[in-house]
Amino acid sequence: MNDLTPPTHDERVANLKGMGHSRKRVEDARFTQGKGNYVDDVKLPGMLFGDFVRSPYAHARVVSIDTAAAMAVPGVLAVLTAKDLAPLNLHWMPTLAGDKQMVLADGKVLFQGQEVAYVVATDRYAAADGVEAVVVEYSELPVVTDPFKALEPGAPVLREDLAGQTSGAHGARRHHNHIFKWEVGDEAATDQAIGEAEVVAEEMVYYHRTHPCPLETCGCVASMDKINGKLTLWGTFQAPHVVRTVASLLSGIEEHNIRVISPDIGGGFGNKVGVYPGYICSIVASIVTGKPVKWVEDRMENLMATAFARDYWMKGKISATKEGKITGLHCHVTADHGAFDACADPTKFPAGFMSICTGSYDIPVAYLGVDGVYTNKAPGGVSYRCSFRVTEAAYFIERMIEVLAIELNMDAAELRAKNFIRKDQFPYQSALGWEYDSGDYHTAWDKALKAVDYDGLRREQATRVEAFKRGETRKLLGIGLTHFTEIVGAGPIKNCDILGMGMFDSCEIRIHPTGSAIARLGTISQGQGHATTFAQILASEIGIPADSITIEEGDTDTAPYGLGTYGSRSTPVAGAAAAMAGRKIRAKAQMIAAYLLEVHDDDVEFDVDRFVVKGAPERFKTMKAIAYAAYNQAIPGVEPGLEAVSYYDPPNMTYPFGAYICVMEIDVDTGVHEIRQFYALDDCGTRINPMVIEGQVHGGLTEALAIAMGQEIAYDEIGNVKTGTLMDFFLPTAWETPHYTSDHTVTPSPHHPIGAKGVGESPNVGGVPAFSNAVHDAFRAFGLRQSHMPHDHWRIWRIAHDLGLHD
Amino acid sequence: MTKSIIKLTVNGENHEVLAEPRELLIHVLRERLNLTGPHIGCETTHCGACTVELNGKSVKSCTVFAVQANGAEITTIEGIAGPAGLHVLQQSFREHHGLQCGFCTPGMITRAWRLLKENPDPTEEDVRFGMAGNLCRCTGYQNIVKSILAAAAEINASREAAE
Amino acid sequence: MIPAAFEYHRPKDVGGVIALLQQHGDEARVVAGGHSLIPMMKLRMTDVQHLVDLQDVAGLGGIQVAGEQITIGAMVTQHMLINNADLTEAAPILKEAALQIADPQVRYMGTIGGNVANGDPGNDMPALMLCLGATYTLTGPNGTRKVAARDFYEAAYVTVREDSELLTQLTFAAPKGGYAYEKQKRKIGDYATAAAAVQIAREGGLCVAASVSMTNLSDVPVWSKAAGAALVGTDCGPAAIRAAVDAALKDINPTEDNRGPVEFKRHVAKTVIGRAIARAWSRS
Repeated sequence: MNDLTPPTHDERVANLKGMGHSRKRVEDARFTQGKGNYVDDVKLPGMLFGDFVRSPYAHARVVSIDTAAAMAVPGVLAVLTAKDLAPLNLHWMPTLAGDKQMVLADGKVLFQGQEVAYVVATDRYAAADGVEAVVVEYSELPVVTDPFKALEPGAPVLREDLAGQTSGAHGARRHHNHIFKWEVGDEAATDQAIGEAEVVAEEMVYYHRTHPCPLETCGCVASMDKINGKLTLWGTFQAPHVVRTVASLLSGIEEHNIRVISPDIGGGFGNKVGVYPGYICSIVASIVTGKPVKWVEDRMENLMATAFARDYWMKGKISATKEGKITGLHCHVTADHGAFDACADPTKFPAGFMSICTGSYDIPVAYLGVDGVYTNKAPGGVSYRCSFRVTEAAYFIERMIEVLAIELNMDAAELRAKNFIRKDQFPYQSALGWEYDSGDYHTAWDKALKAVDYDGLRREQATRVEAFKRGETRKLLGIGLTHFTEIVGAGPIKNCDILGMGMFDSCEIRIHPTGSAIARLGTISQGQGHATTFAQILASEIGIPADSITIEEGDTDTAPYGLGTYGSRSTPVAGAAAAMAGRKIRAKAQMIAAYLLEVHDDDVEFDVDRFVVKGAPERFKTMKAIAYAAYNQAIPGVEPGLEAVSYYDPPNMTYPFGAYICVMEIDVDTGVHEIRQFYALDDCGTRINPMVIEGQVHGGLTEALAIAMGQEIAYDEIGNVKTGTLMDFFLPTAWETPHYTSDHTVTPSPHHPIGAKGVGESPNVGGVPAFSNAVHDAFRAFGLRQSHMPHDHWRIWRIAHDLGLHD
Repeated sequence: MTKSIIKLTVNGENHEVLAEPRELLIHVLRERLNLTGPHIGCETTHCGACTVELNGKSVKSCTVFAVQANGAEITTIEGIAGPAGLHVLQQSFREHHGLQCGFCTPGMITRAWRLLKENPDPTEEDVRFGMAGNLCRCTGYQNIVKSILAAAAEINASREAAE
Repeated sequence: MIPAAFEYHRPKDVGGVIALLQQHGDEARVVAGGHSLIPMMKLRMTDVQHLVDLQDVAGLGGIQVAGEQITIGAMVTQHMLINNADLTEAAPILKEAALQIADPQVRYMGTIGGNVANGDPGNDMPALMLCLGATYTLTGPNGTRKVAARDFYEAAYVTVREDSELLTQLTFAAPKGGYAYEKQKRKIGDYATAAAAVQIAREGGLCVAASVSMTNLSDVPVWSKAAGAALVGTDCGPAAIRAAVDAALKDINPTEDNRGPVEFKRHVAKTVIGRAIARAWSRS
């Protein structure tokens, strides 16, 4: 071959590194050399540092705050308390869930670690000394950390600010610690179906409180430039545009005078969606001092005060025929929201998408009721690597299926297959109101069972149980099954908004004259590799190599408005916006190409990286040539330049699914487990970058491993956080983490421009029940029905103990 | 309390900083020397994001006072690449998708660098055990392990080719 | 997590250390690897006005294996213990235990002296030293004295060491026979839920000497004389192991924490001790 040989079609496709290509990540050059730019790396001249005085008590009156000694500490410039913020009406702030939250303790504290005062100093050492010197007098109040006790008649009144308010943002409140009751489905019809059923299984399934715990904690740098009236806010924000709008509404600074920048973010997993007191205090401190102010929480503060997840008590009833066909599902959730309802959900969904709890199954009738409750625990309720309570829903239904299988004395894999929504039923209307876009569950399930030799595993398990009973081994074998269906990509503006902002997303593209491009989106990567993968979508759509496309996100002065990255929404929503913007570019490029080729617009067609004259592929104009012409030629009826913007309102959610199987060895004497095999089949529709998808699966599974097998935010009876450091809050190391086998099927979304569904959270949603079901399954032969997570050593040991497996 | 002059050789360059005894090495590196590659993740010696090389040891610099390192030779992620370009480990992490958000990556690579010096031909088990002082929340470690094993193989192959 | 301010001292010899400790009393703390002390200082859970860094102090290093006698300087790190071939040959239980302490980075810094002197019941080396019958050398204003490890620990963080004394070295006779350090923990970097150190000497088919000790099962490390005695003269079969374990369980007093309740810990202790004995016997 010589240089004049034109590239083949396949070579041209490969050159683009478009969709389907395991393109290496463009982000990695800076990260591998220590040149990332995270918020704590931001350093501005004269920058000050803020640090919080936090409550040691879970419930107490604040009798007095004496800041005199703190002000005397060298380097301390200011100490803010609620009294200082009250004149600005910033001592409380609205939450994403329609409640309000104290920015600094206003008369009382409601959870351990609550922000009481904010010390501003020249550096973080002086700030810490100042925090130590603030003297706060508290008067302790009775503490309630159990949501069921919180609803008892004589329970302590937590939210005195709500006295007399019999309704909140989500309807009626029936008790002083009650937040809302949210109901979906037909309860009467569900009760009737269950009442008439041949077999009914009932169980309380608890999904414990945990925390997203990204390796980088939350933080910000607020810089008020008093000369030009402009506030710049760098921060660990998963939704920078929403932060700008909130900051404007709260501060009264016009939105165009606020610039929010999310720099590199060291993992988010939902922790960085919310607005925290640290941001508000830093902004106020910068306005007061006229200097930039940095606040970065430490790990204990992160675990104690920002963004817990889960804490759902889910009482379920599931009914079936004696052949195993499910006839009804009833779910009631007691949801522990902590001291303030700061859940990060779309406004109309106070329990998120918990109503996806019918899972992958064709269930004719169902009901969901959720009671939100205040307790003396930290606020949050974020979606920890999941789309708005989807992981709770998936865990609930996948446990209920297992319990039903026990009740039916049936194999749990067979029970699932018997009840899957069939391929020909899509689009499928669920009993709780969702329209599942596409799926082929039986194909995925069969592939998974075959891959692990499911029948062989069951034979081995039976042999093991016999050996155990004969006293030849002290280890049991568990086979954890899960088939999950997610609901991601929030979401259609008609029913999804956050603080009134519709949950669209956006992409703006500029093609440069020489045929390279920059695209900006309303999302923000926290490790997902957007700079790599969005360029791949555009490469395939526009025909410009991904390597020639810069992706920018996170600067609200330059990026188009978007709702941010969480809930696996980037690919379903912003990815669609990218494709649609790319198509606008292509449409204009077609006109330019036709003009250059002197044919009618309809006589050219797109071919990888060019437009060709139909029937005469030797006559073509490459996108590079077209881009140049867009800036260089006067084309009648066509504006110069080549740019496009798309704001994409998704017509529906997407519904990724998957089949996971975990094989686990359990030592009944120590409670120690070992994961022998983990097989994960994911169907996320069209696959943009297989390498990145696999990486997301590995990471999500490891977070699921942590949650299922040990990770929790635990409180004692008086509201002390027992798991405030990484000694006790379980994050597995490489040593405790198994090797995963990943696999896939491809069932594109019919309504998404490129058929992609999103994958970032699937492995967490499906992984938790797979690990947990493996534990349960190991003990099924000995009569175990339900044991709550996390399955750490002592809790597994207790299962064995309670089943009489210890002599 | 009394500040003192602390002399550090970092990535081959000599520095003198005036610091309080209580200043942690990680803060001196990040805030006084502007070496923001090493990060702060947990502050209780569990996560390893702050790992640097200190006198031939992998050390969590959030648990060392800078004054303790007075006179020491330190290498951070910024000093891992040589004049000829990126270190094999840095390339291998990119090649095998051994990172996502990048926050743990400087500590991971700095630790892996020492690991391969002490054990040039590790097994997967050696790597998992030898990297157990570094937490990652994104990757599930599988591709980190793969990156380190591939780097070891490449270093060994080029060494053998040279011999 | 920012520590409070303190004065820093870096003496060159033991005499300098003692002088500083005498001068500042309980306001002074020595720091070796610092990986127990510095986190406590960052959490402001310990008040240190004067920090005395031992890294330049002469005579605190080195591992000597001389015939039957092993001497380890207080400043020897876990990393050095793991990588010393002579020591591993003479007393392999040290490597086995050291590898189960913390994580690689911490093992480069953490010292055996700090580990045994701190009095933290979660530390692994104290039980090991009890098992081996080691002797600690303490140097203070009135000279040097030797204390048996088995007499050193009084309560959590309370030892017989005076505030003005420095633990300078550890000595023990090279152990004979089989060994095992069996530790259950939640993850790398955790303290033991329960751990046991066992040394067993065998002659013919019978146990002639045995030593059993335990970590994190009381407020001090525990050496169970009765457990060892229960093994001597037996074939270390199931009945003998059961007897030894029962004896060992009488000597512990675990408390509930995040690792689990007392009943669980006692059961794990039973399992771990039994496994340690079996493994040590299989290696004897």
